[in-house]
Amino acid sequence: MKYVLKKLLTMIITLLAVSILVFFAFSLIPGNPAISRLGTEATQESIDALTHEMGLDRPVMVRFGEWVTGILRGDFGMSYSYNQPVMKLLSQKLGTTILLSLMAILLTVLLAFPLGIYMARNSDSKLDIALTTINQIIMAIPSFFSGILLTLIFGVTLKVFTPGAFVSYKTNFMGCLGYLFFPALSIALPKVTMVSKLLKDTALSEANKDYVRTAYSRGNRTKAVFYNHVLKNAMIPVITFLGMTFADIIAGSIIVEQVFSVPGMGRILLTSISGRDYPVVEAIILILAAFVVVSNLVVDLLYHKFDPRIHV
Amino acid sequence: MKRFKAVSTALLILATMAIALCGCKGDKTEDSSSSITIGIPQDLEDSLDPHKAVAAGTKEILFNIFEGLVKADSKGDLIPAVAESYIISEDGKTFTFTLRSGVKFHDGTDVTADDVLFCIAKNADASNGEPLISAFSNIDEYKVDGNNIVISLKEADPDFLQYMTMAIIPKANDKADTNPIGTGPYKYVSRSAQENIILKAFDQYWGEKAYISDVTLKICANADSIVMDLLGGSIDFFARITSAQVAQLQNADFEILEGTMNLVQAMYLNNDFEPFKDVRVRQALCYAVDQKEIIDICFDGKGSPVGSSMFPAFGKYYIEETNDVYNTDIDKAKELLTEAGYPDGFSFSISVPSNYQPHIDTAQVIVEQLKKIGVDAKISLIEWDSWLSDVYVGRNYEATVVGVDASSMTARAMLERFDSESSKNFVNFKSEKYDELIRKAIASTDDEEKTKLYKECEWVLTNEAANVYVQDLAEFVAIRKNYTGYEFYPIYVMDIAKIKPAK
Repeated sequence: MKYVLKKLLTMIITLLAVSILVFFAFSLIPGNPAISRLGTEATQESIDALTHEMGLDRPVMVRFGEWVTGILRGDFGMSYSYNQPVMKLLSQKLGTTILLSLMAILLTVLLAFPLGIYMARNSDSKLDIALTTINQIIMAIPSFFSGILLTLIFGVTLKVFTPGAFVSYKTNFMGCLGYLFFPALSIALPKVTMVSKLLKDTALSEANKDYVRTAYSRGNRTKAVFYNHVLKNAMIPVITFLGMTFADIIAGSIIVEQVFSVPGMGRILLTSISGRDYPVVEAIILILAAFVVVSNLVVDLLYHKFDPRIHV
Repeated sequence: MKRFKAVSTALLILATMAIALCGCKGDKTEDSSSSITIGIPQDLEDSLDPHKAVAAGTKEILFNIFEGLVKADSKGDLIPAVAESYIISEDGKTFTFTLRSGVKFHDGTDVTADDVLFCIAKNADASNGEPLISAFSNIDEYKVDGNNIVISLKEADPDFLQYMTMAIIPKANDKADTNPIGTGPYKYVSRSAQENIILKAFDQYWGEKAYISDVTLKICANADSIVMDLLGGSIDFFARITSAQVAQLQNADFEILEGTMNLVQAMYLNNDFEPFKDVRVRQALCYAVDQKEIIDICFDGKGSPVGSSMFPAFGKYYIEETNDVYNTDIDKAKELLTEAGYPDGFSFSISVPSNYQPHIDTAQVIVEQLKKIGVDAKISLIEWDSWLSDVYVGRNYEATVVGVDASSMTARAMLERFDSESSKNFVNFKSEKYDELIRKAIASTDDEEKTKLYKECEWVLTNEAANVYVQDLAEFVAIRKNYTGYEFYPIYVMDIAKIKPAK
């Protein structure tokens, strides 16, 4: 319990640090949201008037204080570009990105576990060597590039899906899942290679341990030893890794969204940065940071649970 | 064979999932007669309030939702819209608009004179320094007279009618920023940021109703995937594609229409930057830059060269002869540079917004052309937002390649910015002669004299080589062959109501 409290405290401190960095970073980079909105119609008078309307003429500390207290009340402010509350603007985008990330995780698990188990049980077979080689190659391909390849092969040539024809999960849930399959696959591919390789390596090193020899000497069959003893122990680091990957996948989906024209958090993050829509950018970064921090917390707690020997 | 079980089971699950999911790809292009998906390059990020919207990309969409007392037709002429007719008094100072009866807002309410007064008042309000429409500072008084709106001016202004294209919006709508209500052929339904904007034909529209009832404006922020989106069928229409994209769409199910972008693309020079203070240096650059070569290399020969801040669609204001003043002449350019004290050339940087490929391409050719006279130019790519704050407002740059368009169909919109006092004079052009001419032109009440003065202004810009003028870019529109009827305008608008299903 003390451990959980301690973790929660570090979590809050991390988020606070992120919010300070995010907020003040924007006072350093060039550009001005008022000018951005007024475009080529800008005159000094209109810039001043809009700056005042946006409240940007007040001291930075006052704005920071208001922003933080607003967040504590669940209010991330108003978007400059869309004149809407940030939370309303982001809710659907957040849903899309989370859906995409969950699909990517699911695909990673579905592909990586059987693959890793197969490679561990048949290590040094011809197929294993081939798989390991392919694994290494795929691991080196960044997901945005595999995304372009997938679009080209399945979208343009084979016409399995229509590039750019995204439908919202609110209007057509299955259609949305269908469109997100290939983006999720391109996020999942490098993760699959990492997880399966990790699974294989830990399983092989577990297999050389004393308890395995003891298990054999008790007359167990190879298969039973593998599934009941080796795999169980090999799973612990793999699950830990998966948990950490989740945060990584959410961040990775931002890039892949661009490739597949998925209107999730990624697209709005980029346009908001270039349009200097501070409230939106600050909210997105804070949400992403919260995901990372929370998933790390969950991993830590799971680790403790799976292996009670580990006292943190 | 058992050892394959794990792998094959996983693959089976995966394959089933893929097939099951892809089977329901969502409702693809339904019956094309009632709907169309139009790709647009950016979301509407300034405001949906037509009086506050400033970006050309926003205004061209709002054109379908809002109308003024008068509106432009595809020839650029003004036709009555919310007003049924108008009378201009002999002295050109009093405008009387008669409201058309039965014009309804999208929310079903009638347009009243009160709404019109509200809009004029909003745009004439000078409490923030300058009114939203600067020409409105000339309004003496405006009032309702039965079914008429009477506006009287302090000074006669032949251009005034152009400003009455100002959108009429209901006074009662206090959420104009997010819930646009107008009188146009299309009404706003909903939007999803960075995804789409949905419009629906307005069935109580007073005029000729739109042909296509459901319009989805899909934001295609990724320029590289536009061709893929068109070919794949997720969009049916895209305005302003490049000539390279046109080539990729050959033999596909698309009709390619060619028009002009109606802007002046130039290398705009900061006239306050040391070498550019000297008119001979600016002229030398004009002599060195070959417009035709730029158009041939970057735009497959499509584009109209311009020689001053005016583009051909402006008709009577446009002077073709300005193009011939600086026919490429390297020797002459070198001579001028030597006279100006730069026999070995000099170096400067060209700031180009990184999101406008045509301008980047143009800048690259200019850099090569300037090498011939020993001038060393470097391109620095900057974000659009930094361009606005550093180059446009801050005027902290040396040269920039962009296109400048007209906010209304008046010569004033193109030329007023070069008045040395203007807050929009981002090139810091200073000429007493120009200031005198432009002020006279704006104040002039006689159309013929006004036109003559504006033309003289254009000649000053050319002779003084205020900027290195390049061209009015060609515009290509891709439209799926199921549709027809699209028309180009001499202003920056996209008239969706004219698009109809092909028979």
